[in-house]
Amino acid sequence: MRFLGGKLLHLVLVLLAVTALTFVLLDVLPVSVAHEIAGQGATPADVAAIREQLGLNDSVPVRYGRWLAGICRGDLGLSLYSKQPVSTAIASHLPVTLELLLLAQLFALTLALPIGIVSAWRADSKLHRLLGTLGFGLASVPSFALAVVLVYLFSLRLKWFPATGCTPLSEGVRVNLKGFVLPALSIALVEWVALMRVLRSDMIATLQEDFILLARARGLPDRRILLRHALRPSCFTMLTLFGVQTGNLIGGAVIVENLFALPGVGRLLLSSIFSQDFPMVQGCVLLIAVGYVTVNFVVDVCYGMLDPRVRREASGG
Amino acid sequence: MTVSDTHLLTVENLSVTIPSSAGAVRAVDRVSLALERGRTLALVGESGSGKSMFCRAVMGLLPRSAVVPGAARVTFDGRDLGGLPRRELAAIRGREIGVVLQDPLSSLNPVIPVGRQIAEPMRYHLGLSSARARERAVELLAAVGIPQPEERLGAYPHQLSGGMRQRVAIAMALACEPKLLIADEPTTALDVTVQAEILNLLGRLQRERNMAMVLVTHDLGVVAGRAHETAVMYAGRIVEKAPTVELFTRMRMHYTRALFDAIPRIDDPPHRELGAIGGQPPGPAAQRVGCPFAPRCWRAEERCRTEEPPLARDAGENHSYACWFPLSQEERP
Ligand SMILES: Nc1ncnc2c1ncn2[C@@H]1O[C@H](COP(=O)(O)OP(=O)(O)OP(=O)(O)O)[C@@H](O)[C@H]1O
Ligand code: SF4
Ligand SMILES: [Mg+2]
Repeated sequence: MRFLGGKLLHLVLVLLAVTALTFVLLDVLPVSVAHEIAGQGATPADVAAIREQLGLNDSVPVRYGRWLAGICRGDLGLSLYSKQPVSTAIASHLPVTLELLLLAQLFALTLALPIGIVSAWRADSKLHRLLGTLGFGLASVPSFALAVVLVYLFSLRLKWFPATGCTPLSEGVRVNLKGFVLPALSIALVEWVALMRVLRSDMIATLQEDFILLARARGLPDRRILLRHALRPSCFTMLTLFGVQTGNLIGGAVIVENLFALPGVGRLLLSSIFSQDFPMVQGCVLLIAVGYVTVNFVVDVCYGMLDPRVRREASGG
Repeated sequence: MTVSDTHLLTVENLSVTIPSSAGAVRAVDRVSLALERGRTLALVGESGSGKSMFCRAVMGLLPRSAVVPGAARVTFDGRDLGGLPRRELAAIRGREIGVVLQDPLSSLNPVIPVGRQIAEPMRYHLGLSSARARERAVELLAAVGIPQPEERLGAYPHQLSGGMRQRVAIAMALACEPKLLIADEPTTALDVTVQAEILNLLGRLQRERNMAMVLVTHDLGVVAGRAHETAVMYAGRIVEKAPTVELFTRMRMHYTRALFDAIPRIDDPPHRELGAIGGQPPGPAAQRVGCPFAPRCWRAEERCRTEEPPLARDAGENHSYACWFPLSQEERP
């Protein structure tokens, strides 16, 4: 419980820091929101009125305080432009992001785990070297370039998957999933390489350990040794990286979301920044920060599950 | 009567070379020995003399890059291990040969409860149910002197003391009732007080279960009273071999004498260098001309540097040594 309490406090502090910082940064930008809203032919008086109405004349701390008070009431505010509640906008963009993120990370793990394990096991083989080269090649290709290739191959040539757009879940799981395969793949194909590499190098180290030699001395088959004895103690770096990647994807899959016209959080954030839609930006930032902290928390819990030594430290405060 | 009828383990002409950037390392060099059921052979030598590589070669668990020249033959319980298919070899390893290594912390998987680690080979090799394997694990923990064995089953290695861990490692090695126990420096990483306990435990278990044991150590002091026979290794070779009492009373090798003089006193740190003689064992690329000990031997003469002394024994004796100018009566300790 103390572990959880500490985590919660941490969460609140991170959220305060991140949102306050965003407020300050947005304020530093040359503000033209009022002009934008007022439109081309507006008089200075119109603009001033709008500023007054939006509360933009108050100082940063006052506005931040007002925003915080709103948050405490569960109110994220309204978009400056569409007047749509921020929470509604986020609620409609978040599922897309989550689905993309889960699928991408699932693909990445599916590639990284078996390939990392096998190439650690055969660390002196041709396969290992081939994978090294291939991995290096893939990791140096940006995901949007991969996306273009994937779209060309699988959607324009083979017509297996749609090139862009997102079908809502309500129209069927299959159709919906189909729309996510290519974007998720173009993220995963870049991310799995790093995951595989850290897993492989940790695993190579683990396989040098005495307890692995002893497991072999006990006549256990390679498969069992790799999966039951070597994998778990070799997962920690990969898990950390996996967490970081997942956190990044919450608001950071902008390019892929744009390419495939997926209405995700990344896209929402980007367009809100361009139009300086403060409440919307703040809402997204808040969401991303919460996401980061949650992912971190989950990663910590996983550490505890994987390694009894961590468990003891955590429960011992 | 063939050799394998009386002997549990026979090793003939076993060499292991490991390629390295500095040239091939002869980790084990033409080693031959035999071990009867229920008896103990001690393998003594400095760090790097090839003791561990020898053990790994016997188990067929050498590093991938290691090369074993074809003349070698390892026979265990009447079977030629070199000619066995992988699966059978694995089954022999798991059921009939138990292994204990130096560092009990790294010998145990940090993320698996010790009870499960002990039960694993029994479930896998003997096909025991998990309940039965658990029961056996409790018995084994009790047999190696762990108090409240039931409660220890769920413990992780880091929750146990060094001595306890080594007891767990021993329990693990004994799980399938092996005929041979290979103990590679089983006490080197432990406190001096715990060392004797563990060695006594090993001796007792060995007698109770009529196991043969290869006891590896760099400390000649450990050997007295614990091994029927002692083989001294230097630079991958066995340079002297005799029944332990005979070795202590009539040692012939200068190197053995140096090991004898280096028997640690109670307060010495582990793994210190040989005190009595300076110098290092030969490096990897060293040319094998003459006696490998010559650069460090005060008795060395021209012949030692040009001609390798064979491992041979005097007529009518069960004591072999490889030296042109063995210790005389007066030079023995
Ligand atoms: N995994 C390995 N790869 C390559 N060479 C090795 C490896 N392990 C040991 N060697 C080399 O083989 C030789 C024999 O080493 P070995 O470990 O058998 O010595 P040892 O007698 O067990 O020493 P210690 O008392 O330190 O355990 C040494 O020269 C060592 O450098
Ligand atoms: S053969 Fe020569 S160098 Fe080697 S141990 Fe004997 S006396 Fe020393
Ligand atoms: Mg060793």
